[in-house]
Amino acid sequence: MNDATQSTDIAMADIGRLEDVVDREALRDVCRSFFDLFSLSVRVFSASGTLLADVHDDQPIHEYLRQFPRGRQALSEAVAAVTRAIPEGNAAVRRTELTGAVYDIVPLAYQGRAVGRIVIGPYLPAEMREVPRELLKIDPKIEPERVRDLLAEMPRVRKNTAERIVAHLTGILNLLLFSSHRAHLTSEMHLASVRENYRELAEKTAKLQAAYDRLKELDRLKSNFLATVSHELRTPLTSIIGYSEMLESGIAGELNEEQLEFVQTIHAKGDQLLALITSLLDLSKLEQGVMSIERRPIDAKALVEDIAKTFEPAARKKNIALRTVVDDDLPVIEGDAIRLKQVLSNLAENALKFTPEGGQVFFEAHAADFEEGADGTMGAVFFAGPRPAVAFVVRDTGIGMPASELDKIFDAFYQVDGSSTREHGGTGLGLSIVKRLVDAHGGRIEVSSEIGEGTTFRVLIPSPE
Amino acid sequence: MQIDFKSRELTVKLVYYGPALSGKTTNLQAIHRLVSNETAGRLMTLETRDDRTLFFDLLPLTFTSGANIQVRFKLFTVPGQVIHNATRRLVLQGADGTAFIADSQTSETRANREAFLNMQQNLRDNGIEPETHPVVIQFNKRDLPNIRSDEELDRMAARSKEPIYKAVALRGEGVIETFLGLTDLTWRQLEAKHSLKEKFGLDPDEFLEDVRKRLGLCAEVGR
Repeated sequence: MNDATQSTDIAMADIGRLEDVVDREALRDVCRSFFDLFSLSVRVFSASGTLLADVHDDQPIHEYLRQFPRGRQALSEAVAAVTRAIPEGNAAVRRTELTGAVYDIVPLAYQGRAVGRIVIGPYLPAEMREVPRELLKIDPKIEPERVRDLLAEMPRVRKNTAERIVAHLTGILNLLLFSSHRAHLTSEMHLASVRENYRELAEKTAKLQAAYDRLKELDRLKSNFLATVSHELRTPLTSIIGYSEMLESGIAGELNEEQLEFVQTIHAKGDQLLALITSLLDLSKLEQGVMSIERRPIDAKALVEDIAKTFEPAARKKNIALRTVVDDDLPVIEGDAIRLKQVLSNLAENALKFTPEGGQVFFEAHAADFEEGADGTMGAVFFAGPRPAVAFVVRDTGIGMPASELDKIFDAFYQVDGSSTREHGGTGLGLSIVKRLVDAHGGRIEVSSEIGEGTTFRVLIPSPE
Repeated sequence: MQIDFKSRELTVKLVYYGPALSGKTTNLQAIHRLVSNETAGRLMTLETRDDRTLFFDLLPLTFTSGANIQVRFKLFTVPGQVIHNATRRLVLQGADGTAFIADSQTSETRANREAFLNMQQNLRDNGIEPETHPVVIQFNKRDLPNIRSDEELDRMAARSKEPIYKAVALRGEGVIETFLGLTDLTWRQLEAKHSLKEKFGLDPDEFLEDVRKRLGLCAEVGR
C-alpha cells in the first residue's frame, strides 16, 4: 500500500493538485469566454479551496443592498455558504441568496476523483416571477421599485439551460484537465525514464569498474607469482647446470663419448632454461617497475661495435654479412649500458634468426630528434620541443612481417606465427622485454617491415633534458 | 493500492503486460468501448510512434459501491518492445495485479516466454514477489491461423497456476472476462492484505458481483 502523501504520480498516474496540471491563465481564458457567451459569473476552486479562476460581474442589486446593515450581512452569509458548500459525489449543489438568485456548485471530478468545483452564479432562475417578500422587509427604507429595476439587470436562466451550460463548461474543463494531465505525465515519464536508464547505466559502470579493478589486481598477482616462481626455479637449475659442468670437465671421472654428449645436452638445455627464466624474471620486474636502470653516459659507437663483434661468429656461420654504420657527432645520451646491450642483442638475435643465408644485417647509430608523445598528439605545440637523441637501428634483409602484426609483436608471449617458435626457437618474451627496457629509458621503439624485404627496428634514446 | 480514508476512496492498479504487439492497448481500447461512460473514463495514450506504445496507456474505471466507497481501477499497459525496459519497470511500480497478454501464434512462443521472464524480473526489481502477485494470462489473437490449438491451451490451463483466458481483443472477445478474472484475483488478495471488509464494510463477493453486473456479465466465459 502506498502512502497517499507520497508522490505516486507515475505509480498511479493521478493528478496531485488541480493547480499543478492546469495553467491558471488558460483556465481564466476559458471562464472568460464562457462569461462572454452567457453573461454568467464563473469561479473555479481546487479541492483544497484555492480560487483558481474568477470571472464575474458586480451586480448592481448587491451594491444597493449593501447600503443596509441586514442586506450586507445576508449577502456575506450567502457568499460564505457558497464557498463552504462542497458537493458530494457527482451531484451539483445549489445555494440561494436573499434576492432569490442562485449559485450552482458543480463538482469537478477527474478519473473518478474530486479535484475541485465550479461555482456558477448568481443568476435568477427564469421561473422566478416575484420579488421575494423577505428582500423587501430587510429595511424600512428599501425602495421596491428600485429593487425590481435592479433585479431585472441580473442574468436570468432557465433550469435546463443552466444545466446544459454547466455540462458544457465541465466538459471543456475536463478536456483541459485531460490534455494537461497527459502532457504532465508525458514529461514525468520522460524524466523518469531518463533517470531509470541512467541508474541502470551507473550500476553497470560500477560493476565493470569492479571487474576491471579485480583484473588489475589479478595481473599484479600474476607478476608477483612469476617473479617468485622464476626465482625459486633458478636455484635448483643453477645446481643442475653446475653439476653438469663438473661432469663435463671430468671431475667425477672420465666420460665416454656418448656420456659426454648427453651431459653436454643437459648443460645446454639447462642454460636455455635459465635464459628463459631470467627473461621471465626481467619481464615481471619490468612490469612491476622494480627493475633499476642505471643512468650513466653511454658510448653509442662502442655499444654498436661491441654488438657487431659479439654476433660476428654467428653471422659468419650462417653466411650473413654484418655491417655497422655509426654517425660522427652523436648526441650524449644516458642509460644503463648492460640493459641497452640486452636490447640490441635481442634485436640482433632476431635479425640473424629471421635472415636467410646470404642476407645482410645492419647495426647503425644515427643522430635523431626525439618528440614527446605520438605524432599529432593534441596540443603538441605547447609541450617541449624535440630533444636530440640517438637512434639505434637494427636492419635485416630477412623474411619480414605482415603490417597487421606490427603492433602486437611487443606483447609478452606473442609470436607472429606460432610455428616460428619451433622453426626458429625463442620464447616470445624477447621483444616485450626490449620494449619495456626502452620505455624504462624514456625512449621509444619503432618497427617497420615488409614481407620478403626485411625488418627495421629503430630504438630512440633521448639525451637527458 | 492507495487507500484514502478521508474521502473513502480506494485506487487499484492493474497492469497489462506482454510482448510487443500482443494486443495490450487493444484490450484497453475494447474495455473502453464496451464499458459505459459512467464507469470508464477517457482512455489516455501517452506518446506513441507508428502505433506502438512508447510510455503507457491508461484507462480509469470507477465503481461506487453500496458501502459508499469509491473504488477506482487504473488500467495501464506497458510498452512491449524490448528496448523500453526502463519504462516497463516504471509502469509496473505499485501494481496490484497483472494481466499478461500473450500472442497465440506459435511463432510468438519465444517472445511470450521472454516477456514473461522480463515481467517476473521487473516485479522483483520493484519489490513485488512474483510468486504471490495476482497474474492472469490471456492468449489473444485466437482468430489467426498458425496458433496454439484450443486443446493445447486447455491442457496448459489445467496445470497452470495462473487462470488462462482466450481472446480476440480486436473484436472485444474475452476482454471483459480477462479483466474480471484479474479483478477477482487481485481483489481477493487485497482483501486478505488490507481487510477491506472490516475497514470499509466492503464485502468482496458483493463487490465483485457488483462489478460483474456493471460490466454486464455474470459468468466468466472464457475460463
